[in-house]
Amino acid sequence: MTDTQDLIKTTLHAIHVAAGAKMVPFAGYDMPVQYPLGIMKEHEHTREKCGLFDVSHMGQCFLIPEDGDFATAAKALEKLVPADIQSLEPGQQRYSQFLNEEGGILDDLMISRLGFAGHTHKIYLVVNAGCKDQDYAHLQKHIPDNVKLDILDDSMSLIALQGPKAAEVLGSLNAKVKDLIFMTHTDLPLGETMADCWCHVSRSGYTGEDGYEIAVKHPDAEWLVDKLLEHPDVELIGLGARDSLRMEAGLCLYGHDIDTTVSPIEAGLIWSVQKHRRSGCDYIGAARIEADLANKQSKRLVGILPEGRAPAREHTEIQDMDGNKIGEITSGGFGPTVGGPIAMGYVTRKNFKAGTPLNLIVRGKARPAKVVKMPFAPHNYKRG
Amino acid sequence: MTTYYSEDHEYIKVDGDIGTVGISDYAQKALGDIVFVELPDVGTSFEKGDDAAVVESVKAASDIYAPVGGEVTENNGALEDAPETVNASSEDAGWFFKMKIADASQLEALMDEAAYKTFCDGL
Repeated sequence: MTDTQDLIKTTLHAIHVAAGAKMVPFAGYDMPVQYPLGIMKEHEHTREKCGLFDVSHMGQCFLIPEDGDFATAAKALEKLVPADIQSLEPGQQRYSQFLNEEGGILDDLMISRLGFAGHTHKIYLVVNAGCKDQDYAHLQKHIPDNVKLDILDDSMSLIALQGPKAAEVLGSLNAKVKDLIFMTHTDLPLGETMADCWCHVSRSGYTGEDGYEIAVKHPDAEWLVDKLLEHPDVELIGLGARDSLRMEAGLCLYGHDIDTTVSPIEAGLIWSVQKHRRSGCDYIGAARIEADLANKQSKRLVGILPEGRAPAREHTEIQDMDGNKIGEITSGGFGPTVGGPIAMGYVTRKNFKAGTPLNLIVRGKARPAKVVKMPFAPHNYKRG
Repeated sequence: MTTYYSEDHEYIKVDGDIGTVGISDYAQKALGDIVFVELPDVGTSFEKGDDAAVVESVKAASDIYAPVGGEVTENNGALEDAPETVNASSEDAGWFFKMKIADASQLEALMDEAAYKTFCDGL
């Protein structure tokens, strides 16, 4: 296939290939979907020990206010996301979404205020690979001239270290990472001397496990990954297990569970909209958030547990017990930790409640399921 | 007993006019961890190439086609509770269903073991 020649390779590409990864095109990148261990074992290894993921395809950028005042950058970003940014403390991180004028989700992203002395006026963003060019254009269009967008794709790789052993493993390179709590971050060296391998480390991830996301300069990335892989508890984990892990954790995947056709409230993301940002604000899409909260929502994303063993994949029709179509599965598959099929999808009003019985139409056959609370597998975050 | 293979990686082991159908070792490796198998009911009739069964890995669902026409005489119900048997023993305990072969001449279009091996080596 000639297309693969046009795919972008991350700085860790050679490591994936040497490890025997099955590479697939993903958002314009040549990425590992699984290693010889296989999706099931990679998933279980992450839940039991520690998985290492290359997520360098994701977009990383800074918003830097020219006046050196954090509030300048925070106010600019607050025009584009429902989350409260101005109240972010140095070293604090928040999840939010870019919205269009109708309140549909353009992308979801992580937002951090840097904690490193002398840099606390800067905001660091991590956005989805498939949306990043559009996100950067959206930022360029809407942020004022006195806030500079600094795109890091050409300088920084991004890896995730996830699982119950992550703190011990990363702590062996710099014990200070153990002091971080969930959704905080810091800048520190992970190399052999205090001058080596400075990284931006956040205690967060996309698996439901404790762990870290580590932004590392391109020239240091291979060294850091090799160093982490020396630890017997660490295995490389591909996009396949990343998907089953995030699904069990009840975390949305952009382009599947969320897109421009749904609002953050319909997607069940109200927890990411701080109270005073729910009404009377003027960010793009604010009117939709306010309206969705004031009116009874017509649909909502819910967790769905199929009975039996048949997985219900994306686009599977959801019916109520009377045979009426009430929605569609947006993510579905097998949850290795759950030990059976799991799914999420949008259902119409009156079907939101946990325990509501449903039918999933799999290859023409109605298969029973029910609405359940997410996550499917408990979160193991380090909350302090 | 002779085993034939299709280009879609199904095998059929022929014993008299009964064929035992499953997926090859190459196929189970390519699919990865198998988490669900949907089998045809006994009595179902297929034309050659019809959708006969479904095998699902963690990642995706794949259709299994009838390598020849015929009627299902037995299915391997043990796979419902233990789909991983397909990974462990695809060409033995992990068989999918048995069928009464309608027209044995259809077997001639399939590959024997040696030809199938050459076919897989070329993929």
